[in-house]
Amino acid sequence: MSAPASGGMPATVLVRGLERRFGNTTVLDRLDLSVGAGEFVALLGRSGSGKTTLLRTLTGLDPVQTGEVRVPAAQAVVFQESRLLPWKRVWENVALGLEGADARGRAEVALEEVGLGHRLAAWPLTLSGGEAQRAGIARALVREPSFLMLDEPFASLDALTRLRMQDMVGALWRRHRCAVLLVTHDVDEALLLADRAVVLDKGRIRASFPIALPRPRRHADPDFARLRAALLDALDVRAVDQAA
Amino acid sequence: MPDTLLPDGILTPARPDPAHVPAAPASAALARPRARRAGMAGRRFLSPLLIVLAWQAASSAGLISPQTLASPWQIGRTALALSADGTLGRNLLVSLGRAGAGFALAFAAGVVLALISGLSRLGEDVVDAPMQMLRTLPALALVPLFILWFGIGEVPKVALVALGGVFPIYLNLFKGIRSVDPKLLEMARTLRLGRRDTIRHVVLPGALPDLLVGLRLSVGISWLMLVVAEQVNASSGIGHMMMDAQDFLRTDIIMVGLLVYALLGLGSDQGVRWLERHLLRWQPPSPGYRA
Repeated sequence: MSAPASGGMPATVLVRGLERRFGNTTVLDRLDLSVGAGEFVALLGRSGSGKTTLLRTLTGLDPVQTGEVRVPAAQAVVFQESRLLPWKRVWENVALGLEGADARGRAEVALEEVGLGHRLAAWPLTLSGGEAQRAGIARALVREPSFLMLDEPFASLDALTRLRMQDMVGALWRRHRCAVLLVTHDVDEALLLADRAVVLDKGRIRASFPIALPRPRRHADPDFARLRAALLDALDVRAVDQAA
Repeated sequence: MPDTLLPDGILTPARPDPAHVPAAPASAALARPRARRAGMAGRRFLSPLLIVLAWQAASSAGLISPQTLASPWQIGRTALALSADGTLGRNLLVSLGRAGAGFALAFAAGVVLALISGLSRLGEDVVDAPMQMLRTLPALALVPLFILWFGIGEVPKVALVALGGVFPIYLNLFKGIRSVDPKLLEMARTLRLGRRDTIRHVVLPGALPDLLVGLRLSVGISWLMLVVAEQVNASSGIGHMMMDAQDFLRTDIIMVGLLVYALLGLGSDQGVRWLERHLLRWQPPSPGYRA
């Protein structure tokens, strides 16, 4: 089963027949994926499903061996670890590599937007995990990306901080309307945020679920629960539970 | 007397707080660190002071001949006299000049070589192998060769200091450049930073802590090299002053020279520590670090 194109929207990201091998292991196997302009796609998959490799290919960190990958030049990544330079103040990290006038002013606006206006001149090692991740998001947003990649950005945060950050990312996306690819292994996170969830398995898109729930979304919604069950099924979680 | 319950019985009378003492040891432990640190600082100076007093007493009683070891009192008077007639100042300037020039050369050469071999594979192939071979040579064993090459003027002394000091700078900066977090380098790539900006914003600041470690080692070695260089065919400098004094059995002057060397070493080490605190102020203070 290959990824259905997202209906009608012009694709911001287009991947066709992408293959990636390390020796005899096929990590990405003739993978097709498209993300429409302003579409929020969650990419789910278990460890070793090829999520990381796909993301690294989209960011340009890994080369395209076989296949076609079209991504906009205006793209940005938020990593699982914030990857701030510890020797630069928070605003300097956000302004790093910015071109054009008033990089500092733009960095400060971005930091205000993620609620870090009070830590502009802080050293990164003094930030909490949530604050560091906000700074990472500001560093991505300040580049005004038309395609934003989030690589398990909340995985190492505590549960409460994670909920707050998910809310914030949802709000930022509604305001900026960039295409988003959120890599996660948290089914609830995908259902809270995404327009569409795709499941990656053995290097291929195994299933694609449009999530047409009204926002803001609630866990208690019966449709939420139904989609959750379907997604978990696609991830083979039920099967594993029964086998165990 | 509940005071005796506390392990640091000596310290507690200084702050007689009846409300605290009968309470559980936990509250005493909370109140302790400050008093304890002050007490410990005092205690640490106590034993050196006693040694100096015993030394003076032994000298005054005639147990130590001045030709073996001058008394602390005599050393102090000689230090004042040498400062007053300008001998100490003149020789100190000469020594500082040699150490400064040698160390500056070591720093410049070490940094340039480490940048060449750290930032390019070709540079590593060309520079690193000879550096690794040279560093195994004991620099002090090169004194005879240096005298043959450079004579007995200032050049061999400065060269010896430079040679001793270059390796810690080179090795540590090279290691620092190569061990910059690859995740930060990836991040720089996703921000589309060019090579120049990546080196400037990511690689060099990331290698700075290692460079400072090298700097500190290098400064220490520079003094050591200076001592040896100045005791071989020198006609000025602190080392020369000491060798001269040896001919006249003036242990007091020799001791003054030793003191000056010690103070120079201490002072430069404090300088590097200050530099570290200033340049690495982004690092959270590590617990237990005492400057």
